[in-house]
This record gives sequence, structure tokens and C-alpha cells, in this order.
Amino acid sequence: MTGGLVVGLVVNPVAGLGGAAGLKGSDGADVQRAALARGATPRAGERAARAVRTLLSRRPGVRLVTVPGPMGEDGVRAAGAGCDLVHPPHAGPGSVTTAEDTRRAVRALAGVDLLLFAGGDGTARDVLDAVAGLGGQAPPVLGIPAGVKVYSGCFAVSPAAAGFLAAGFDGRSTAEAEVVDLDEEGYRRGAVGPRLYGSLRVPAARAALSGRKTGSSGTEPATAEGIAREVVARMRPGVRYVLGPGATTRAVGRALGLATTLLGVDVVELAPGGTAEAATGGGSAGGRLVAADVSEAELLGLVTGRPAVVVLSVIGGQGFVLGRGNQQVSPRVLAAVLGGRRGGDALGEVLVVLATQQKLAALKGRPLLADSGDDDLDRTLRGHVRVITGYRESTIYRMCAASEEYDG
Amino acid sequence: MNNAESFAELPVAPKPPLRRFHQARWDEPIIFELSAPGRRGVAVPEPGAPLVELPGSVRRAAPPKLPELAQLHVLRHYLRLSQENLGVDLNIDVGQGTCTMKYSPKVNDRFAAAVAEVHPLQHDDTVQGVLEIYWRLERMLAEISGMSRVSLQPGSGSAAIYANIAMIRAYHAARGEGHRDQVITTMFSHPSNAACAKTAGYEVVTLMPDADGLPDIEALRAAVGPRTAALMITNPEDTGIFNPRIREFVDLVHEAGGLACYDQANANGILGITRARDAGFDLCHFNLHKTFSTPHACGGPAAGACGVSEDLAPFLPGPVVAFDGESYRLETPPASIGKVRPFLGVTPNIVRAYAWIMALGAEGLRQVAETAVLNNNYLMHKVLQIPGASAPWDRRRVEQVRYSWQELSEETGVHSEEIGVRAADFGVHYWTSHHPYVVPEPFTLEPTESYSKEDLDEYAAILAHVADEARRDPEFVKGAPYNQTVHKIDMTPLDDPKEWAPTWRAYVRKHLS
Ligand SMILES: Cc1ncc(COP(=O)(O)O)c(C=O)c1O
Repeated sequence: MTGGLVVGLVVNPVAGLGGAAGLKGSDGADVQRAALARGATPRAGERAARAVRTLLSRRPGVRLVTVPGPMGEDGVRAAGAGCDLVHPPHAGPGSVTTAEDTRRAVRALAGVDLLLFAGGDGTARDVLDAVAGLGGQAPPVLGIPAGVKVYSGCFAVSPAAAGFLAAGFDGRSTAEAEVVDLDEEGYRRGAVGPRLYGSLRVPAARAALSGRKTGSSGTEPATAEGIAREVVARMRPGVRYVLGPGATTRAVGRALGLATTLLGVDVVELAPGGTAEAATGGGSAGGRLVAADVSEAELLGLVTGRPAVVVLSVIGGQGFVLGRGNQQVSPRVLAAVLGGRRGGDALGEVLVVLATQQKLAALKGRPLLADSGDDDLDRTLRGHVRVITGYRESTIYRMCAASEEYDG
Repeated sequence: MNNAESFAELPVAPKPPLRRFHQARWDEPIIFELSAPGRRGVAVPEPGAPLVELPGSVRRAAPPKLPELAQLHVLRHYLRLSQENLGVDLNIDVGQGTCTMKYSPKVNDRFAAAVAEVHPLQHDDTVQGVLEIYWRLERMLAEISGMSRVSLQPGSGSAAIYANIAMIRAYHAARGEGHRDQVITTMFSHPSNAACAKTAGYEVVTLMPDADGLPDIEALRAAVGPRTAALMITNPEDTGIFNPRIREFVDLVHEAGGLACYDQANANGILGITRARDAGFDLCHFNLHKTFSTPHACGGPAAGACGVSEDLAPFLPGPVVAFDGESYRLETPPASIGKVRPFLGVTPNIVRAYAWIMALGAEGLRQVAETAVLNNNYLMHKVLQIPGASAPWDRRRVEQVRYSWQELSEETGVHSEEIGVRAADFGVHYWTSHHPYVVPEPFTLEPTESYSKEDLDEYAAILAHVADEARRDPEFVKGAPYNQTVHKIDMTPLDDPKEWAPTWRAYVRKHLS
């Protein structure tokens, strides 16, 4: 491996402050002040230093670029390393750093091969905002977990792991990872649950396939593509399919030859004369986009009085299926889709849940969660749902109302 | 400075705690490349009799392209290859968890050799002894599993699972229930179950483990229905955890009209302790090359055995051996699914398994299970003392354990596969083909009854040493192996069918022309 890689670093110095202080997050200057008053010490810089040490020990030739002070330089120096500095304009008055500082730093570092950032889900959102503005010029990024809430898929499992991943990055192979965040206000009140904000390009994790049995097939069974093929194979003419947000549901759109949205709720159906077989048979002319990125009211209009199926993917690390990032699929909409039918079986016919086996495994036996906003509906959803995990592969998984799980 | 090892310092110095192992590297060519025209192993004299005239339809136009070598070169070739190998006869082979690597007594090879010259097309009357062994082994396996009939035809465990799913399909079809198109399995059942069901055209429903590491029984309740053809389940699962509610699982599937099929490939922890039929199963299979000590034979031919209840006996692969009290003969069950491999079965392995069971007797079989479980729990105790190693779910294990290096890996960046490869520098290894990694950074150890306490101590000491190296010098561990025949393997050609060459002929066609 050559050392020509240029790695940028942005640290959110206040990330993680609120955690130890029991404040469940560090968003907002008030919370940060309160945390410091409770004796919290900043640790994001230290965690960034850990990642940098690992990165340099594995790949000494890497050139580091960062911004001055606690937002980067201090972490690099703490790792005993040198770096080049860029100087973005400082946003806020005084020494307090803000979300805008993070965004400016990311923009100033846009030219690197890989951008490391230390923080939590809130920081990831700021990075996402800045990266979105850069379009095709944006570098791949990788999160060093340093915040209180770290549920987004763009983070490595530990600071050292971030260093390893960065060191192994070939400059090319990337994958999409979700950025989710909790509403901290709600979280402090105990009403927890992430929203999906978008996706970032991250280095593709080392193909975890070395050491496999010789002759095993090269394709991993549990891919979004396999799931999408299965969904499309089950589609019937004349039925409207509501695709919730997420990368897996977007793969369903792709399998139908449609550019559906990552964050919005879209409605699709088989094209007139199109069949599921045609769509799955490699030709992807099978689908028709009825409406993209619909509001709750529009959705209600589209599914009322005609057969419809709701397809949702499991969001983030906590297992939310309903009520996070897909509030458009409201209790009224589900009632309309059910069209007077009752009971778990009817629900099983109109609600299709998607997740890879890996995503379910990451729940470590915890249930899927529903928080539709309607207690009666949530109670109906309680029980076991079929989750499509691949082509002609599914599992049956426990779902419960979010309120029960967190009261519990 | 003199680095030489002492020639004859007496008494002989004690060995260091870890072996200074070094694997051979012979750079041995493929045997076809060693061929030279006209070389022979035996110089056969002229027959001194007229040649038999073969009919044109069976006569070759050109002689077969076999390698031509002298005996010495054949022997040397294979001995060299055998030195570039690890296996149960050479190392402490507890790292092939789920594979049940036990000692196969050499004397059984002598018995197997005794039948080597029997021709599969010989008339039944001339092979009564061999048929009797088939019959008696079948009866023993029926007794061990509680099933009524057993087919010994399959050449591997996966072939036996496939035969079972084919019987399940035939059974439902015969009852007009061909609409049953789903097979339920569990995440930690051996993946051959899902694979065979899918190959046979079924949709596969996989139950995930619950918070206790057991398949979620409520999920099974929700999964069963009019589409359920069967439950195909391993128990203890590949985690080594025994599902204590297995009877309820079987009952739920039966209530829905499905069949229950038990993957007992590895019955090493339950021999003589519990039986498939007693838990209500309709079908089961054993790998004779796991539980019953025949060689694995590198993927074949090994030997699998399918056990079935009376209701499923008509569908067994054929032929099977029948006994009328006086003589043995071959017959094909009335609704047989056909053959799963040519002829009756892998006869040398049938003989080995028969000899193994006869040598142990019923008491001995139970002792095998007890010793295997004891060995496993001893090794688990040792492994869990290594910082960074864990056994998720904190539950009792039967004959194997799926461990995790997650903690070590997060700290050091060294992955489980890399630790397994470094262990090979000490003459042992483990494999990590456990995808998807529900247990992160997994490794599965299964010490059967064959290993001594000293073996298990040595194995655990090697793992402890490598884990410690990972902390001190992760790069060094990632660079391993250093003392092995092959140093690093690039796996990418495995994904490219254009590179595959399962035979010499394919190799010549694809890569030399
Ligand atoms: C529980 C179990 N079932 C089935 C099999 C498949 O057996 P075979 O490798 O002979 O095809 C194995 C082997 O790994 C196994 O451990």
C-alpha cells in the first residue's frame, strides 16, 4: 500500500460532553455549559488522537490535514503527529464551536481522499449537510465514535477501528451508510427513536470474507439487491406499493428501474403490462412511479379505496420500523391500507418489512419497534412480523410498541 | 555466537512451552506436470495369451491422459503434499468447530481394505457379508436415532440433508399437499439446511436467535402455517447451545401439518443421551464422518445416513438392504425418491463406522458423548480466561462453543481470521466460515472425545499467546503466517468462475491454452 493518501480530520470538541453528565446528548450551548458545570471533560480530541495513532502506525506515509485548535490540530498533536492546516473562517464569537464551524471545516477540507470526523450522530448530520453542498466533489467520510448518541452507520465501532479502516482504505471502494439522529429533546423525556437524515459515502469495510470455506459462492446472500428482487417478485398488478425511506427500499425502486427517493415516501406499482417476472428477470422496465416524496395527506389519497401494500425498512441501530423517518405512513394511512380488515394476519399481508440478516443480528435479540402515534395501532402491531432478508429468504421477528420497550 | 541446537546434551533439554513448529514447503508441481512418457510404476510382462478383442463401442480411440510416473515418484509426491497439510492425524484439530474432528482408528482402515475389491455390480448372493454390515449398521443407527429405517446411500452430510428434503417434498406431493413451499430453519442451524431447502425449490424462513441465543419460539408460532413443509433444525445448534424446548418446536410444526427434520450430522454431544424420534422428529441425518469417526475425505466421498419414521420409509432413496431372516438382498422402496449417489453407499466408510460402533458398544457411545462434553467445557474454561475472548449468551454448552474475539478485535484491529492464521504458525488452526457474523469475530472450537487434557492445554496456550501478541504487536499477527507452507492467500479468484479449474483438463483449457 502506498502512503500517498491524504486524510482530513474534523473534531467536534463538545461531542460526548453531555453523556457522562447524564444529559443524553450535547446539542446546544446551554446543554454544553451545563455539562461543563457538572464537571464533564471533553474527550472527543482524545478519541480522535487514538484513531490518528492507529492510522499512522498502520500507514506511516499518510498526510494529515486538519483545522487549527480543538477542532483537529490538538488531536493530531496529542497523537504525536504532524499535519497541514487549513483555516476556515470561524463562525461563532469567542472560543465556543458550533455546528456551523463543523460544516465550514468540512468544506475547507473537501480536497482530501478521506475525511475522518470525531463526534456523534449530531456531528454526522452536520457533516452530511456540508457534504451534500459539495456534490460530486465530496470526499468519503468515516466517523470516529465520540458522541453520546452514535447510532449512525457511518461510524466505526471504536476509535482504533476507525484508524484501521482509514489505513486500509484504497481510495476507491466505498459504501453507503445511513445517518440517523435522535431528537434530543424527546430523548431527554424518554421518548427515544432515531430519524433517518440521509446517507454518507464511507470506505467499504474490508470484505469480511477471507477465511471462508473454499468454493463458497461469492455473493453474500443478504444484500439489499436480493431483498429488492424478492419484493419485486411478490408484487402484483393493480396494487400500489408504498416504499418508505431508506437504502433498502430505494433498492426496490432501482430493481423496478425507478429513481425513488432515499428519505421520502414513494408510491410505485407494476407498469401496465409489466410483470414481476419481467422486472426481476434483469430487465428493469417493470415499474411505474406513481408519486415521489409524498406527504401524509397525499399518501392517504393514493391508497384509499384501492389495494395497497406498505414496504418499510428497518431504520438505524435500534430497530424502528414505524414512526421514525416515515411519519407519512400514519395511523390513518395504515387504516386505509387495511381497508376494514382486522387482525395480525391482515396486517401481515399489507405490511412488508425489510432488513438484512446482519441488521437484525445487530439488534442482539431486541425487538423491532413501532411508534405510529396511535396506541391501538401499535398494539395491533405487537407480535411477530415477517421480515424479508433476501431472495426467497425471510425471517419472523418480534415487534413491539416503542413505548412498551422503553417503559419496560 | 553459536546458534546451533545441541546434538546430544543429556538429559535432553525440556521443550519450550510452545512448539517451534515449521511446516514443510516443497514447491511440489501438480502430478500431471511430473509425468514423462513411458514411465511406469510396474513393468507388466507380456501376457503370453491372445489379447481380448473389445467391441468397438467401448474401445478408446486414444489412451487416457493419465500421468506416467515411477512408484517412488508417486509415493514421494503424495508424502510431500501430506507434509504441507494439517489434519486430525497431525495437529490438535479442535478448531474445525461443527466438523467433529475425531480420531479414526487405523485398524478400521484394515477392515475397510478388506472390502475394497468388492465390485458394486456383483450379485447379491456373492456379497452377503457386505450387505449384512449395511443391514446391521442400519439397525444400529435406527436404534441410536429411534427411527424405523435408515438409508446409508448419501456420500456426505449435505447429500443426506438433500435426500431428506427430497423425501419431504415427495411425502407432501403424495398427499396432495404440494402447495407447501416453505421450509423453516434457524440462524444457527448448519447452513446446509437452508441451502438444500433452497436448492430443492423451497422458500426459506430463518428464525433469528432471541436474547438468550435460542431460536425464538414465538417467531416459530408465527411462522408455521399451511405453507410449511418442514422444520429443518440442528440441535445443539452451531453455538453449542442445546434448545431445551425442541419438543415444542416439533409439535408446533406437526400441528401445522409440516414435518420435522433433525440435522444430527454432529450427534457427538448427545449419543446415547437423547434421540431424534423421542423428540418427535420424522427425519434425521448423521454424518458418519463426524459422529461415527470415518474420515471426512476432503469433501468426499464421506458418508451420510438418513433416518426416517415409518411414514416416510416408502420414500427412502434406493436401493436399501432387506433381510428376510435368512439372506440379504437389495430392494428399492415403493415411492423412492431415487438414487442420491450410485450404488448402495460408500462401502469402506460403512465398514469403518460399523467397526467403530461395534468396538464401543452402547455404553461406549454414551461415554463418547460424555467425554466430548467434558472436554468442551474444560476448553471453554481455559479459553474464557484469555482477555478479549468471550462466549456470547453465557449459557451452558454441549459439545462445541462459538466464541467471539470482539473485544480483542476492537482493541487491536486484529480480526478473528488473522488470529486463526497466526495460530497455524504453531501447528494448529481454526476456521471462521460462519457468515453472516451474528457472533462478531467468531471462532468455533469443538474438542471431541479424542483429545487429551494436554492437547487442550496446548491449544488454549497457543490462543492465549497469539491474543497477547495481538495486543503487543498487531501488525506482526496480521502479517502471519511465517512458518507455514503458504503465506498469504488471495481469495479473489474464488469469485471469478473464469478462474475455476476443478480438473487438470479444465486447467489446461482455461490457463495453458
Ligand atoms: C451440523 C452439520 N450439518 C451438516 C453438515 C454438512 O455435512 P457435509 O460437510 O458432509 O456436507 C455439517 C458439516 O459441516 C454439520 O456440521
